[in-house]
Amino acid sequence: MPPAEAMPTGEPPLPVGDKVEIVGRSPWYLAYLRLRRNKVALAFGALFIAIVLFCLAAPLWANYVADTGPNENHLTDQISIGGKETFVVAPNGIPIGPGLHTKFLLGADDNGRDVMVRLMYGGRTSIYIGVMAALITTLLAVAVGLAAGYYRGWTDSVLSRTMDLIWAFPVLLLGIALGTALSVGGLKIGPLSVPADSLWIPILIIGFVYVPYMARPIRGEVLALREKEFVEAAVAQGKGPIRIMFTELLPNLVSTIIVFFTLNIANNMLLEAALSFLGAGVRAPNSSWGTMIAEGEDRLVTAPHLTIVPGLMIVLTVLALNVFGDGLRDALNPRAKIRMEH
Amino acid sequence: MEGMGQFILRRLIGMVAVLFAISVLVFLIFNVIPNSDPAQRIGGKNANEQLINRINEDWGFNDPLPEQYVTMMKKVFTGDLVSYQNQRNVLDQIEKGIPVTFSLCIGAGIIWFVLGVVFGYLSAIRAGRATDRALTILALIGISLPVFWLGEMLLYYVANKAGLFPLGDYVKFTEDPLQWANHLILPWFTLSVLFIGFYSRLLRSNMLDVMDEDYVRTARAKGLPERQVRLKHVLRNSLIPIITLFGLDFGAVIGGGAILTETVYNLPGVGLYAGQSVASLDLPPLIAVTMFGAFFIVLLNTIVDIAYAYLDPRIRLGTQAA
Repeated sequence: MPPAEAMPTGEPPLPVGDKVEIVGRSPWYLAYLRLRRNKVALAFGALFIAIVLFCLAAPLWANYVADTGPNENHLTDQISIGGKETFVVAPNGIPIGPGLHTKFLLGADDNGRDVMVRLMYGGRTSIYIGVMAALITTLLAVAVGLAAGYYRGWTDSVLSRTMDLIWAFPVLLLGIALGTALSVGGLKIGPLSVPADSLWIPILIIGFVYVPYMARPIRGEVLALREKEFVEAAVAQGKGPIRIMFTELLPNLVSTIIVFFTLNIANNMLLEAALSFLGAGVRAPNSSWGTMIAEGEDRLVTAPHLTIVPGLMIVLTVLALNVFGDGLRDALNPRAKIRMEH
Repeated sequence: MEGMGQFILRRLIGMVAVLFAISVLVFLIFNVIPNSDPAQRIGGKNANEQLINRINEDWGFNDPLPEQYVTMMKKVFTGDLVSYQNQRNVLDQIEKGIPVTFSLCIGAGIIWFVLGVVFGYLSAIRAGRATDRALTILALIGISLPVFWLGEMLLYYVANKAGLFPLGDYVKFTEDPLQWANHLILPWFTLSVLFIGFYSRLLRSNMLDVMDEDYVRTARAKGLPERQVRLKHVLRNSLIPIITLFGLDFGAVIGGGAILTETVYNLPGVGLYAGQSVASLDLPPLIAVTMFGAFFIVLLNTIVDIAYAYLDPRIRLGTQAA
């Protein structure tokens, strides 16, 4: 059998002949080769990047094409569609829908704001919250998981019980409770002060509620890793606990962290949308895809594009991250079982 | 069974401890974080200083926090807890919402469990083929849909445009069972979709793992028909983690996961009540609803643990490997 067929993993065929040269391949290189073969995952990864670029281009579209900002009202304006002057918001209160006109490409909302422009700016908020909250979750969960798994004993007991406690809270209710309470006076911890309408309120809440979901699998992995010989060797060399955690254990957790991080962004975006929909997430003057859906709710029957458009963007973005994250999981094959819910 | 009684007792004590800690936490969230003045809320917009002072006195808002906590918990257990917003009894409101929330969650639970298992099974036995691919795509789309948006889309396209189902609202089962079901079909489906996606994917990967086990090869080697191998050996053993998960998810859905579905379809359940209390920053209902939710989550966690301990003595004796 020719060697190319014997290696269905997509790796380059072994050299045949007298001179056999063994090329070293790192686990990362192997993962890269596996990921490269998964065209679907790559396509969806590209889709996510495209969506991010689309949102980053918001000021360009707003200034050069739509000629309006995300919060500018055009209640009494008229635009010409097919040579006919049309009200942006009809006298009966129904805004225009999507159509092939550079201004109001995706229609207008109740206040005559350009949905396309709002969609691009709202996406920045949604993705920003998703990524930032995922960073917070990851940092906290890695710290908790490493400490609990490495030190065991009472450190583990205290941390694990705290995690159990957060776990026992209904995620949505905890998010809503925190969101509502913080929306009144903002957050003040010592010198740190976050105003009530800041994006950091939903970011901190979402970053916080998902910590147990990541800390648990990491702790489990650390518990198994710390029994390995290389840790024993490090102890014998005189490395301290902190150095062992960061130079011996952490590198072994990277594949779990990468996969989790990707899927976590997707979940964060769904939670942000849900919180904003219930009025406990992003607050005016900021807007996100979630607040856009919430604003469109009353006009579901007369102006469904207000709900459909931002919802589709959420689905596309979350789906892209989920499929890409799935591909990463197959390629990196982390030991920990990762599962999220919302 | 030896040790079982002790194990159950230990878990029940743990349950009470967690619920206590949760009640303290919710109380603190709303009292330590700078908040609007509850006396102002009860007194209304035109309340003068005298009235505010009297309300503060009557409701005990000037007492130290631990005392306020004890007063509130006493009211929770005696059923005297009333809303700051409209002075309605909180426990009555929750009691009214329970049949609605249970109707929604039990129906949805049955749908997602059955469909999750059927799709996961089909996906696993056709692994790599067109059926599997199609189901995988569907499952991934299912877990990427915002629940409330899915609800609104169904309301718009299926209920409003096609006119197949009513536009939300709830009909009591005792009044008209057919209308009850008719009003709940869309909410059931909306709440299930996410879980169908999760369960089918989890069952698929479990079944693929189990298919490699020695006892499955043995079953085939002794000449059992393939169907029997799949159902009796592969499926049965793959279902254990799914059933665990079902217990936990079902608790989570009753305990707050149904808020979005109830809000979108205007179902007057516990979740909708929580949503409305949030909008008015009403602390007593939020504490009660959160404890109600946490109770179900912790209860089902405990039931799952006890069932496991019953099935697997290693857990009961605390000798299970990490």
